[in-house]
Amino acid sequence: MTDRNLMIVKIVSTVLVGIALIISGIEFYNHRNFQEPVVIGPGVTSVKTLGDYYTRLKGTINDTNIYIIDSGVPGGTALVIGRTHPEEPAATLAAKILVENASLSKGRLIVAITANQSASRVTRPGDAYPMYYTIETPWGESKYRMGDRWSSPMDSWPDPEVYVHYPSGQLLAYMDIRNFNRTWPGRENGMITEQTNYAFMNLIRAEGVDVFIDLHEAELEYPVISTIVAHQKAADIAGLASMILTSTEFRIGMEFSPPSLHGLSHREVGDYSDAISLLFETPEPFLDRVRGITDEALLLTGKDEFVMTAGKYGLLYEKIDEKGWPIDVRVGRHCSTTLMVLELWSDFNPGKEVVVGGVPRYDEVVSNGTGFYFQDPSKAETENIYYE
Amino acid sequence: MAILYTIISVCYYLIIAFITFVIARNLVKTKNFQEAILFSVMLMPFILRILRIK
Repeated sequence: MTDRNLMIVKIVSTVLVGIALIISGIEFYNHRNFQEPVVIGPGVTSVKTLGDYYTRLKGTINDTNIYIIDSGVPGGTALVIGRTHPEEPAATLAAKILVENASLSKGRLIVAITANQSASRVTRPGDAYPMYYTIETPWGESKYRMGDRWSSPMDSWPDPEVYVHYPSGQLLAYMDIRNFNRTWPGRENGMITEQTNYAFMNLIRAEGVDVFIDLHEAELEYPVISTIVAHQKAADIAGLASMILTSTEFRIGMEFSPPSLHGLSHREVGDYSDAISLLFETPEPFLDRVRGITDEALLLTGKDEFVMTAGKYGLLYEKIDEKGWPIDVRVGRHCSTTLMVLELWSDFNPGKEVVVGGVPRYDEVVSNGTGFYFQDPSKAETENIYYE
Repeated sequence: MAILYTIISVCYYLIIAFITFVIARNLVKTKNFQEAILFSVMLMPFILRILRIK
């Protein structure tokens, strides 16, 4: 090839790559900076941010909104967090339903829709995740960022060779230093994910949280699925909630938090605070490794022929059929499980009740759809709109 | 500890900048058109990381 032709090849390839760079760069930038409106419900009495509980976090990407729903009547305090793992959308949507609909007649409910903002602003490299998903509502489509299990490497990089959990010293996989549910109870001067856990622990102590609930979803290949994982302090409530829900609404199990498995919310929040800690899991076929096309349809319908085939061979820990696991079913399970746990907590702890109204149960979410419970931001007062 | 992490992060960005420079230099110097295309494609993730976009 002549020098002239070689130069032409270099220029053309550089220009084409430059165009691809600009197009992809704009998409990545827009995804990272995409804002989701939240219309606070009539029950929300104040909105703080996580930085109010740990000043080093103020103004950082993980300075997330903390919505406080206070009845004004003395009682207990519950904290519910969504988006611990932002690739589990039922957790996000259930937490948003609480903020936009809940009203309390006793006690306080505190909600963080996006516990790990950083992880919600990146998708998993190499897994072809959709960047967004949309939920149908009576007033149009409501759009959300799809996220990842781990905080963005933009905010926490590089990872160590081995992640040494603080304070237990347990060795964990290197990338789990960016996994918000492996870094509890957090570290004051650690990486940003550890600092975020530390701030949440400050919140739990400062607000006197009695009940801590962490919303999740899981792949059907994973044995901890369709269940409530409970710290030993929450075992009676979790066990009873499992039995009542299974006999009245849907099948859900209960498991004990292993005492020697560190970094997880159901273990460390219970160990390092006065709160009882519980973690809920719903089935999300999107997360299964044997899945087919990884798109928004799979995320929202939970239908996948490859996962179904795995089920026929007995390789799964949860049933799946042609109906899949639609998002409304998964969100409804989280809503009902949260309400049931709070009802039982209130029954067992007179004087510390958390009495929640306005939140739909499983049957209502399944029949009306998740979007039915979201308010239209275009019709809301500006002061009632916050952004996730 | 946080200061140590910050220093390590800055070092990694310097390494990325150096690798980007080396790839760009090879792109200019190479006499092989396949290598030229390869080097230009290789630049993408490094530039996105230096610009803190991805």
